Amino acid sequence: MNPQRFVALPSQTVGPFFHFGITTDPDLGDLATPSAQGEHIELRVRLLDGDGAPIPDGIVELWQADSTGKYAHPNDTRDREPDPAFRGFGRLATGDDGACTFSTVRPGRVPGEHGAWQSSHINVCVFARGLLGHLCTRIYFDDDPTLAEDPVLSLVPAGRRATLLAHRDEGYGCWSIDLHLQGESETVFFDL
Amino acid sequence: MKIYPRPEPGDQPTLFHPAYQSTIRRAPALAPVRIPHTLSELTGPVFGDHALGETDNDLTRHHSGDPLGERIVVAGRVLDEDGRPIPHTLVEVWQANAAGRYRHSRDNHPAPLDPNFTGAGRALTDENGNYRFPTIKPGAYPWRNHHNAWRPAHIHFSLFGPCFLTRLVTQMYFPDDPLIPHDPILQSIPNESARRRLVSHFDLSLTEPEWALGYRFDIVLRGRDATPFEDQR
Ligand SMILES: [Fe+3]
Repeated sequence: MNPQRFVALPSQTVGPFFHFGITTDPDLGDLATPSAQGEHIELRVRLLDGDGAPIPDGIVELWQADSTGKYAHPNDTRDREPDPAFRGFGRLATGDDGACTFSTVRPGRVPGEHGAWQSSHINVCVFARGLLGHLCTRIYFDDDPTLAEDPVLSLVPAGRRATLLAHRDEGYGCWSIDLHLQGESETVFFDL
Repeated sequence: MKIYPRPEPGDQPTLFHPAYQSTIRRAPALAPVRIPHTLSELTGPVFGDHALGETDNDLTRHHSGDPLGERIVVAGRVLDEDGRPIPHTLVEVWQANAAGRYRHSRDNHPAPLDPNFTGAGRALTDENGNYRFPTIKPGAYPWRNHHNAWRPAHIHFSLFGPCFLTRLVTQMYFPDDPLIPHDPILQSIPNESARRRLVSHFDLSLTEPEWALGYRFDIVLRGRDATPFEDQR
């Protein structure tokens, strides 16, 4: 074999003991400072295993555009500045209830392939003990009238699309979504 | 613009790997849905302007005294799949102490904590993709996966790289560790060549005389330059 071949390293599980290493900063639950533009929301994300039991040793990472649909990243070359009061990245460990709650803004729409527009969505990475590689998914909003046209949702079997939709939870008074790593209502994860 | 080929079969772990018991109820049962790489995937958090503390990368200097154990330097480069360095990217590490104990409330291993060792560090790669962590060689530790289960000595690594597609959380192992063939977490990777990429190399040039041994661990993240053919598509 050619020794000069460079191949991306394999993943390994984050394990159960990551907290003191990478989830020490509670500020990473706040993507938006109070002056950020757009509709401010709280978003509760809960991780459940194949038995429906909460996962108390997981990590949820979010990556999203600002309220105008601009990513704070050099590859978003469209000619406007991202909202300086908005960070785009969030990272929290789940608690004993398997959940963590972020405060953010609803992202604007971003372009997809071939000039199509994607519906407002948040990109998600999930890490946990027992996950040998992280899982990637997206969170959409169930009151979004454009969902039927979203080019990525349209790649998901119709019967499973609801697993990607956050809804307003009256009990918690915020947006909420359960990510089922396995089981009857297994969340759709993406092969990126 | 870079392209991000998907991994070859066998170069990444099999998520459902019953020998690692926690995968049985946590690994998804259904195939992931393949989607194109849009702006959402081709962007990602940028930490290049993060102000890190002067000793954030030196795990031996986080307390007033010296930690116990074998002092080592773990260093290497962060590269893409063309072998090009990835500069100014965040590398985070965490590990057990020399006795194999984590500073974590749920670690019940009856091995001593070291008051002079926390075991977490961060660094940004320099303009040539180099990182460096002076630390203590972590001990092996038992876990309850199966009877008499021990993890080989390892350091956990977390990297973001240039975009959402380059995110990597992995573990670095040490050469000639007799526990490696018995570890279901490392053995969840089907290809032997891929498993070997997670094993660091002893490197005399990284050692510091009268002070520390050195281990080299180069980290390759996804992504390579588009070929002219792919540019034309
Ligand atoms: Fe570990």
